[in-house]
Amino acid sequence: MRGYFVGAGLAIAVATMATSAMTTPALAQSEVKIGEINSYSLLPAFTEPYRKGWQLAVEEINAAGGINGKKLVVISKDDGGKPADAQTAANELVSSENVAMLTGTFLSNIGLAVSDFANQKKVFFLAAEPLTDAITWSKGNRYTFRLRPSNYMQAAMLVEEAAKLPAKRWATIAPNYEYGQSAVAVFKKLMSEKRPDIQWVDEQWPPQGKIDAGPVIQAVAAANPEAILNVTFGADLVKLVREGNTRGLFKGRTVVSFLTGEPEYLDPLKDETPEGWIVTGYPWYSIKTPEHDAFLKAYQAKYNDYPRLGSIVGYQTIKAAAAILAKAGSSDPEKLIAAAEGISMSSPFGEITFRKIDHQSTLGAFTGKTALKDGKGIMVDTAYRKGSDYLPSDAEIEKLRPKD
Amino acid sequence: MAFYIVQFLTGLASAASLFLVASGLSIIFGVTRIVNFAHGAFYMLGAYVAFTLTERFSGAFGFWGGIVVAALAVAAIGVLVEMVLLRRIYHSPELFQLLATFGLTLMVEDLVVLIWGPDDLVGRRAPGFKGAIDFFGQNIPSYDLFLIVLGPVVLGVLWLLFQRTRWGVLVRAATQDRDMVAALGVNQKWLFTSVFALGVFLAALGGALQIPRDAVNHAMDLRVIVEVFVVVVIGGLGSIIGAFVAAVLVSELNAFGILIFPKISIILVFLVMAVVLIVRPWGLFGKPEAPARRTPGLTVNPWRPLTMNERLAAIAVLVVAAALPFVAGNYVLTVGSEIAIFVIFAVSLHFLMSVGGLASFGHAAYFGLGAYGVALLAKMAGLPMIACLLLGPLLGLLGAAVFGFFAVQLSGVYFAMLTLAFAQIVWSIAFQWVSVTGGDNGILGVWPEKWAASPSHFYWLSLGIAALAVVILRIIVFSPFGFALRATRDSPLRSEAVGINGKRIQWTAFVIAGTVAGLAGALFAYLKGSVFPDNMGISLSVDALVMVLLGGVETVSGAVVGAIVYKALNIWLVSQTDWSKLVLGGFVVLIVVAFPKGIVGTLEAFLHRRRKSSSAASPVLTSRIETAE
Repeated sequence: MRGYFVGAGLAIAVATMATSAMTTPALAQSEVKIGEINSYSLLPAFTEPYRKGWQLAVEEINAAGGINGKKLVVISKDDGGKPADAQTAANELVSSENVAMLTGTFLSNIGLAVSDFANQKKVFFLAAEPLTDAITWSKGNRYTFRLRPSNYMQAAMLVEEAAKLPAKRWATIAPNYEYGQSAVAVFKKLMSEKRPDIQWVDEQWPPQGKIDAGPVIQAVAAANPEAILNVTFGADLVKLVREGNTRGLFKGRTVVSFLTGEPEYLDPLKDETPEGWIVTGYPWYSIKTPEHDAFLKAYQAKYNDYPRLGSIVGYQTIKAAAAILAKAGSSDPEKLIAAAEGISMSSPFGEITFRKIDHQSTLGAFTGKTALKDGKGIMVDTAYRKGSDYLPSDAEIEKLRPKD
Repeated sequence: MAFYIVQFLTGLASAASLFLVASGLSIIFGVTRIVNFAHGAFYMLGAYVAFTLTERFSGAFGFWGGIVVAALAVAAIGVLVEMVLLRRIYHSPELFQLLATFGLTLMVEDLVVLIWGPDDLVGRRAPGFKGAIDFFGQNIPSYDLFLIVLGPVVLGVLWLLFQRTRWGVLVRAATQDRDMVAALGVNQKWLFTSVFALGVFLAALGGALQIPRDAVNHAMDLRVIVEVFVVVVIGGLGSIIGAFVAAVLVSELNAFGILIFPKISIILVFLVMAVVLIVRPWGLFGKPEAPARRTPGLTVNPWRPLTMNERLAAIAVLVVAAALPFVAGNYVLTVGSEIAIFVIFAVSLHFLMSVGGLASFGHAAYFGLGAYGVALLAKMAGLPMIACLLLGPLLGLLGAAVFGFFAVQLSGVYFAMLTLAFAQIVWSIAFQWVSVTGGDNGILGVWPEKWAASPSHFYWLSLGIAALAVVILRIIVFSPFGFALRATRDSPLRSEAVGINGKRIQWTAFVIAGTVAGLAGALFAYLKGSVFPDNMGISLSVDALVMVLLGGVETVSGAVVGAIVYKALNIWLVSQTDWSKLVLGGFVVLIVVAFPKGIVGTLEAFLHRRRKSSSAASPVLTSRIETAE
């Protein structure tokens, strides 16, 4: 039995040493630290380009003299796709690393967990990717800002195109979790407002990551819709598309699809890319603006690879964080909030603003149609849609967002 | 009508894919009794290797040859794993092999990303099976038809192999009674190796055949492993036909179920398993397990309470731990609180596993129920923190009382799988009941009150409750109730003969373990300030299992050390390296080899041997576990 105590003592000693080894000496005054958290091990397909994006931004910022003369340092942590682990990481960044702010996160529930942590600990948090509307509206708080266009904004962009279609019978396929559920709910609501004549004939809710594509496609086909809304992505999307192509589900039907035009999700489809889907995405090959050209050139020079949407998100997250830190001239959270509210900056997609009313940035997205070119999927007929044009009125937001 | 036929055929195709993987798992478990957690990893490796081969070698021969070669190559890896790793630990406590295969799975998940990159890979379509066949206006992919034929063909081949060859006879004999087979002079080593190779071959083949339909990615293993386990258990462990029937049953229920309830897929297999196990405790085609025959001559140190010196040492350790806030910063204290909470969680499972002999695969359910209990009480009823901490775990108690009643009717792996099914049902309720639980966005803002809010106060609170939980559970172990529980574990028939109501005792133990787990969950909710369905997910159940096994299942409180080591290492690695799974998995595998009875179990055995050799004058009592029944 004594062995057990020796073991326990050793283990505690190891644990203490291990954890105290993590704490680094107090930050040098010549540095500004940002803490970054993302699901690197769970979602490498998205987070690898994302990491490259923010690393490029850090390099550019420091090459241009840093933030008010101080060197920018980003400390990055993996959350393994678990909200609880994200909070552990956030805590480490704030308590041990003394970062000036938190950024990052991909999954909606992790974004919300970190945003709640930020609210509790009074830390500035710039959410990069999580799409849930709750993070800026129903569960919004004054410490949290979000970069990417939300679920609502992307749905509104798609609805604008979808409402022009003659189709009256619609079916939906979405992953069975909050993102899929709220994407479908918003799309249905906005669509039915514009087109009261529409009928929703079937809905399918495969579990995220586990779609059994054959039966799902048969079930949708049996309802005989004229158009389909798809919210699945990643491996599920691949299965859905392959099985749907074989079974002829998409023949004579228009498909409206969230995120499918993003290179992360479009490129794996290769020559099986279905044509004519109305999608949101990132056609990096056909954006001809000076801001994007500069970004593209720098990215390709550094990595010898093309950017994905994740690269843009990572790049702009750190650029925005740096702009806010520079404007605030301090790492005091209250000053950061004051600086961030209403701040405008340039981005590869043009100028964006972080709104005061709900802390949402006006970064937009591209819509277009999928097409095949040289055995690869691309987006054509693309148009950039500014985020500011696809948000509800201020009065509506006042109702949605709790008072600070 | 044509639609229903096509939907049925589609279901059959899904069933065939599932069956290929499930049959391998069933064979491996039936003979070696290894709960092969790495089966999904072999499935994924099969897909990755086949992707590489079929991309390199084109044409029909290249494609089909690539699939078969990939399966063979992965089977060779399986042989290597069996010979190098698993052979060393066949004599370890039951389920210890689970730990080894879990470590392997972690490693493979990172390795495939290192080797093949992070992107989803889409392989070629199968030559000759690219299109679809028109069936009264409905399209059936020809590859589906190929799979529908392949499933029964594999079933037939396996049947012939088991019924018509000498090797098959030995395998069947070993499935029924491996000790007897060994006693009759069959070389078990090679039998086990060959069985493991066949099982892995089938898994890899199943993975390779997904190439034309799926995207190859690093999460394939977890997608398939749980489902496959469920299929094997529904069919009855070790029964190939059972696995086939169960695969068809599950797939068809899913294919038609989504027509009526589109959200059913997420929980369907677990519902089916729960119903089947309650009605037929050994699965559809399974037979009651023969009473376990422990290896005669195995000696264990009889459990005893701590001596005075050891108690003083324990208090000293506790005092040292309590002094942490005077030297450590906030982050270390928060990590310390988390570790203390996981100590509570791990000892609750350890109590059930080591004292009760009941290995639960779904213990996170009660942890999560405790957490949700707190969150709902705090957010909806607005109760103060103390009241929440006291009442929240009652939800865990309630859940354990209901599910435990059904679960203790079963034993062994069937018990484990029924607890898993219940846990998944609870999880899916938390996941789907958005209006109450907030779905996967969880419940936010469950922060501790002022008196407990500072990291040092919360650390002391967690540490105190952890110490209390360990002490109380130890008192129970050495109480008459604890003795009765151990009697039921070691010899159900004899304990019944002396008048112990085994099922009621086990049920009570289940409720105690569930309540303590609920307490851990309640603290966890306050530590994190939020609750998510994740808090009752499979990965948390597996974590608890790993902590217990790591500490040593045959010890009284080994889980304390297991929890500290595993949790601290996990947090540290995730923070320090991008390849935390690879390092953690490697560490787990090393521990398995170095400490074949768990860390504490091996240390105890070592100290015990030393004491025996140094003091020959006073022989230490050892009890002999005799052949039961």
